[in-house]
Amino acid sequence: MAQVTEQPRKWGMVIDLDLCTGCNACVTACAMENNIHYTGEDEVAYGRGLYWMRIQRYWHGEYPNVGPEFTPMLCQQCGEAPCEPVCPTYASVHSNEEQINLQVYNRCIGTRYCANNCPYHARVFNFFDYEIPAPMNAYLNPDVTVRSRGVMEKCTFCVHRLVHARIDADTQGDPSLENEVTTACAQACPTNAIMFGDLTDENSPIRTLFERSERGFQIMEELGTFPSITYLKGGGVYGGRD
Amino acid sequence: MAAETSYLTGARADLEQSELAEEHLMLDPRPREEMNQMVMEAMTTTTPVYWAWVGGLALIVAVCLFGVWGYMTATGIGITGIRRPVFWGVFIVTFVFWIGISHAGTFVSAILRVFKAEFRRPFTRAAELMTTFGLAGGAMYPLIHLGRVWTFYYMVPYPNARWLWPNMRSPLVWDFLAITTYLLSSTIYLYLPLIPDLAMARDRTTGLRHRIYRLLALGWRGTEAEWHRLRKAINIFAFAIIPVMFSVHTIVSWDFAVGVVAGWHSTIFGPYFIIGAILSGVAAVVTILFVLRSAMRNFKYFIRPEHFDALGKLLLVFSMAWAYFFFNEYLLSWYGGEEAVQRILTLHATGPSAWVWYLMLICNVAIPWLTLWNRRIRRNPLAMFFITLAINVGMYAERYTIIPLTLGHQRMPFDWGIYNPSIFEISIAIGTMAMFCLLYLLASRAIPLIPVWEVQEGQMAHSLKKVGKAHVPSVTELE
Repeated sequence: MAQVTEQPRKWGMVIDLDLCTGCNACVTACAMENNIHYTGEDEVAYGRGLYWMRIQRYWHGEYPNVGPEFTPMLCQQCGEAPCEPVCPTYASVHSNEEQINLQVYNRCIGTRYCANNCPYHARVFNFFDYEIPAPMNAYLNPDVTVRSRGVMEKCTFCVHRLVHARIDADTQGDPSLENEVTTACAQACPTNAIMFGDLTDENSPIRTLFERSERGFQIMEELGTFPSITYLKGGGVYGGRD
Repeated sequence: MAAETSYLTGARADLEQSELAEEHLMLDPRPREEMNQMVMEAMTTTTPVYWAWVGGLALIVAVCLFGVWGYMTATGIGITGIRRPVFWGVFIVTFVFWIGISHAGTFVSAILRVFKAEFRRPFTRAAELMTTFGLAGGAMYPLIHLGRVWTFYYMVPYPNARWLWPNMRSPLVWDFLAITTYLLSSTIYLYLPLIPDLAMARDRTTGLRHRIYRLLALGWRGTEAEWHRLRKAINIFAFAIIPVMFSVHTIVSWDFAVGVVAGWHSTIFGPYFIIGAILSGVAAVVTILFVLRSAMRNFKYFIRPEHFDALGKLLLVFSMAWAYFFFNEYLLSWYGGEEAVQRILTLHATGPSAWVWYLMLICNVAIPWLTLWNRRIRRNPLAMFFITLAINVGMYAERYTIIPLTLGHQRMPFDWGIYNPSIFEISIAIGTMAMFCLLYLLASRAIPLIPVWEVQEGQMAHSLKKVGKAHVPSVTELE
């Protein structure tokens, strides 16, 4: 069964900041895809929203020439993730199969050390048992665990989609099926600012962008976390300087 | 028992000798049985005020600590004030605070024993008890702060059905092991010098108490061989526990220093935390000595201004050492040039919670430096009580600055956040404070708080040494 993937894949993402309009479609899609609890207005305002992805909005320029800059921020699926070594119970682990960083909810005891140590603040914590209001509980994605109180959670690169794609590719004997997989945020992005793909695949459209784009950079590269997300910036399409 | 004061003659000698006796416990010997009875009396006297304190503190522990903890376990850790990005708050601050205090208790006792500082004799046990009870309070916090406390045993390394070993790369596991080690070794170190005193208590009690002391005294008879072995064991532990203390508190600092968090990731944290721990611990010893001296019967004989004087000098030195490391932290980050760290350090002094930072500096530097150089202030127990309380407030503020205030302003300004402790967190912190006091109160009536045999040993064997202009009692010949 596993003969199709001879070497582990490395999933990656390219986010073009010049294309991002800050519309929050990715945030919404992510919340629907991953059964993310709605914690209420007050809690979100206090900084306890459970969003796995958020749009950071910065302003640049001096009044009146002020413009917004949007940075979609999510778990960077670091190659050397700071969250992994600090977890006492191996709840934050690296997956060999997908080369991403996963959170095992059942092992998590809620020390929250991983969240402190994440320079991207990508992790969110279930502070309470949240109720899912009436019609919404019928919407739950059966592929994704609903998290309970007291555990950490974060972006998984839609690992359930990756696993489904791998199983489909294996059972139907067609490896190309696996290349078509994408995450909920990338799927929802109206400007195609978020692109997802396999970095080990020669033909993957994002591989060149990820590795060689002149506009490419990685956030907090200097920390040596080896993120799996490359951001592109500098085209001056929208929100760019001059 | 005569002091070696033969070089003093005549009436002047008598006068000086009575002054010296008033000054130094070691030069003011009393008959052994009288001293035993003094300690026993302090231990067995309970007044209604005592029981009122015990009842009040027990109530606070039951409601503020276990009640609120139970409520938090039932509803969720969300009743605290923590939020993204400040995931650690008052719980971890209080944890480090207690661990710091407790580390210094045994350390003070051990280091003074190793250096044969004679003034240590009456208060080593008070300091060691502080260690044990401080650890009891502090060690609860790694459990309290867990999101799912009912799964805490996932951290314990034992062969299990989950087929999972704890992650030995995690500083939290090191912490868990270090604290357990320290609790074990410091309890043994507390127990060893206690044995002769338990035997003393055994011989002077009846009934149930007698049976318990007989059990705890391990059949101590006071033969020469027993004393020899006891001294040897205490000596080994006193030497061994000093490196243990250093390593254990360094490991606590690694909880922070190992992370990539700006402002935590610093090699200075090990010694910085140790100095901070010693400063707050010595201060807490003085605070406790003042309370014991005012509350316990006959303790004014044992604990004298000379002890406050000596500990005050230690405090001044450690306060200066702490200030050096504090300054060093700024120097190194300035030299390192990491922008995020510099911004955090600037925000500590200018940000919305800057008063915590100033409180820390006033209590840890300004107050000790302005007062402790003065011998008259050092010798005034009440003044020392307030100064040492202030130092511990300052050390709490230091940990508060290091933990939530540093976490709140990390590398991405979009996610900056201010943390406000909730009433529940504060109540749990007060609850462990009450638990510490309660355990101390109960222990004060359960075991002799003064190591009587050590005081007697010192008084029997002391001699006067001339150091500069001062006469200092010394028993170097004995050991």
